[in-house]
Amino acid sequence: MSEFDVVVLGGGPAGANAALAAASTGLSVALFDENPSAGGQVYRAPIDGPGAGIDAGSGADQQAGDALRRELAASTVTTFFAHPVWAVTGEYRVDATGPHGPVHCSARALIVASGTTERVVPFEGWTTPGVIGLAAATILLKSQGMLPGRSTLVAGCGPLLAAVAAKTIEGGGKVEAIADLAGTADWARTVPALLARPDLLWQGAKWWRTIRRAGTPRLARHMIVRVEPAGERLRATLAPCEAAGHPIDGKQTTVLVDCVAVGHGLTPSTEITRLLRARHVYSRTAGGWVAVADQDGRTSRPLLYVAGDGAGIAGAAAAATHGVLAGLACALDLGASNPSRLKRRAELARKAHRQAARFGHAMAKLMALRTGHVDSIAPDTIVCRCEDVTRAEIDAACEAGAQEVNQLKAWTRCGMGPCQGRTCGDVAGELLMRRVGAASRESVGCFSARTPLRPVEVEALTGEFTYDDIPIPKAAPL
Amino acid sequence: MSTPGQTVHGPFDAAVVGGGVMGCTTALFLARGGMRVALIERDALCRAASGVNAGTLTLHMTRAALVPYAMRAWQMWMETDQWLGSSVLATAAPGLSLAFTEAERELLRARAAARREYGAQIDLLERDAALAIEPGLNPAMLEAAFCRTDGFASAYLTGRAYHAALRAAGVQLFEQTAAARIDQINGHYRVHGPDNHDGSIRIDATRLVMAGGVWLEPLLAMLDVRIPVKTLVNQLIITERMPPVMRSVLSIANGLLSMKQFANGTVLIGGGWQGVGDRARGPVETIPQNLTGNLRLAQHVIPALAKARVARIWLGLEAETADAMPMIGPLPGLADAWVIGCVHSGYTSGPYMGKLLAQTMLGETPELPLFDPARLVAAAPELPHREQTP
Repeated sequence: MSEFDVVVLGGGPAGANAALAAASTGLSVALFDENPSAGGQVYRAPIDGPGAGIDAGSGADQQAGDALRRELAASTVTTFFAHPVWAVTGEYRVDATGPHGPVHCSARALIVASGTTERVVPFEGWTTPGVIGLAAATILLKSQGMLPGRSTLVAGCGPLLAAVAAKTIEGGGKVEAIADLAGTADWARTVPALLARPDLLWQGAKWWRTIRRAGTPRLARHMIVRVEPAGERLRATLAPCEAAGHPIDGKQTTVLVDCVAVGHGLTPSTEITRLLRARHVYSRTAGGWVAVADQDGRTSRPLLYVAGDGAGIAGAAAAATHGVLAGLACALDLGASNPSRLKRRAELARKAHRQAARFGHAMAKLMALRTGHVDSIAPDTIVCRCEDVTRAEIDAACEAGAQEVNQLKAWTRCGMGPCQGRTCGDVAGELLMRRVGAASRESVGCFSARTPLRPVEVEALTGEFTYDDIPIPKAAPL
Repeated sequence: MSTPGQTVHGPFDAAVVGGGVMGCTTALFLARGGMRVALIERDALCRAASGVNAGTLTLHMTRAALVPYAMRAWQMWMETDQWLGSSVLATAAPGLSLAFTEAERELLRARAAARREYGAQIDLLERDAALAIEPGLNPAMLEAAFCRTDGFASAYLTGRAYHAALRAAGVQLFEQTAAARIDQINGHYRVHGPDNHDGSIRIDATRLVMAGGVWLEPLLAMLDVRIPVKTLVNQLIITERMPPVMRSVLSIANGLLSMKQFANGTVLIGGGWQGVGDRARGPVETIPQNLTGNLRLAQHVIPALAKARVARIWLGLEAETADAMPMIGPLPGLADAWVIGCVHSGYTSGPYMGKLLAQTMLGETPELPLFDPARLVAAAPELPHREQTP
């Protein structure tokens, strides 16, 4: 078993910068990520070899990602890319599977920078093939150099709408419409925060110019109410909605496309900190459940840190500075030499972080779960797509007396499938809270985190063995 | 007497502390026998051992002396529509216990013989006969013990089934109510719930049933009855859905494997390999070599499992007494107070045990004898501190 001072889980801007900061103080650091290289979702690298013809290798995100990857390669950080971590135990042991078999290592401290999962609030037909997440569309565009469809509907909320639409258009695709849950007034409220980041404001303006030039209509305060197959294509029905995300009477619009890219915000991925029983709270504006942490990412558990969007949605720029802070905090807590110099570095990073996070928090507000939106889910719509559990089944379990999400899970199988509730958890919790009239999301709880964090093949864990190698315990009493 | 913020419920004819299979079944049959019953549970019904166990309904893992109880309980599980109302997907399937070495063959034969003495219909099969029943078996096996009284349930459905049945029977449910203290006042018992900002709950009853599983030791200590209860931390592993790889319930001679494939294609692997945990913290985490060991054993028995994908691993707490036999009966030195728990393979036998205790409390003669808890009372009090219920 390899031993490190620090193991960082996740190689996005938060994790990579946390690893670099900790390593810069002389600590031995390992970085794990399931992707083939660093960058995370935002700075995702193009795959090797010819893509599908779209130039994914330019743009500010790509350059920032390349710079981060170069910096990491030049550092002392030991990297384990293409290594999905499936268990984190003890204080601390990390188990992963890799291209050459299982890997495990121990660490004195653990920094979790596991990013987010995209939320989709279910609507009729959301599990139809051809309906994908905005994040999935981003992977196709950035990493595979591939259009999500010849013609695409982009729907949901937040800054990813413009990013996906503009990149699709730049790649030669057609975007039939953008349906935005937010209205003009919602965006207007973000302006002060936007002004703090002229670079990102400029990037946004460029996206919208591309979209306008293509003649793509943006339907403000609109949501998808239905997607159905129409020959080889998809017919999507859009309806106007009010601020809380509930559809209202008014003119419905239908579009015919071959791809619907939809996302209703991001939820922090907290499986690892929940597995390790750190304290968590529910924060709607931070995206959902988050580990309780100080400004440098120290959780309620000793030498366990969180950084980046996985600690609460604040965007890529803030993730980078948050990563630096967690890396430095970790070094200080492990007794690094020259603490006063590290504290000065941290002070500067905190200032930069506050500036960056302001923008990210404004975007996170646009992406927060809307109660009316959840209320509008129809009874026969599937909520848990792993186990095909409908809203009506969830409501029936509430009627029968389920009061907590793990009880709901046992009674309906909602969240019991391979994704372990990553996809449906936020919506299921909200439905339960609304249905039983609970005071808070905390009072209906959160799905228990379980290993494996990613499904893992049995033989990847068992390896080569004979019957004699199995340490069978002594016989049970007769 | 009520103080402000304090709500007193009752008096009930019986208060059952602990809402697992045994507490729930006792409460159900007491209510059907005409008693007013309160059921007090720290979490939700059947969310601990009764809801997270492997759901194996087998005689191969049952202690020999409990076979007569397990056989009757097996019948109850298969007929839940007749007494419980809703299903826990109990499914009858052939049960095979396997031997891979000469030593295991000896153990298999001895154990089959002991269980046969108590009425279990277990036959020994040569390799080819076993392979005819379960073609996916590793042909390296030497011999199998075969029993038709076997099968499995989906344990996670237990809470939902009992919840509905108890409500229909008029049992008053106090979930999310951990018993903090029990007093004896004027010939009845008063169970104190936790004190919180909503005030506090008190439940009065003339009879008391302690059915708290691994928490029985601190619960009984509230009544000054000292019975040590050991906590086992059993590991369970479930795969993603996969094509059929087995159609029987599989175990090995020494009892350290249980395996079955559910109708939805998932395969559940258990057998009592230990993880980290205790009754104060609950289940904490798996022990890596035990996880690998359990998986290797499963893959050795059904080689096709090599390609299965593990979806979820969890741990469940199981209670055991000093002699690993149940405690079911009146508590020594107390009037109208009873205990039920610590039944080895307790999910299999649980409903029948609850029914027996209810029969006794209702003044009937139980069909089979109970298990006197007095034998387990710790001889010399050396109690420096009293464990708090979590």
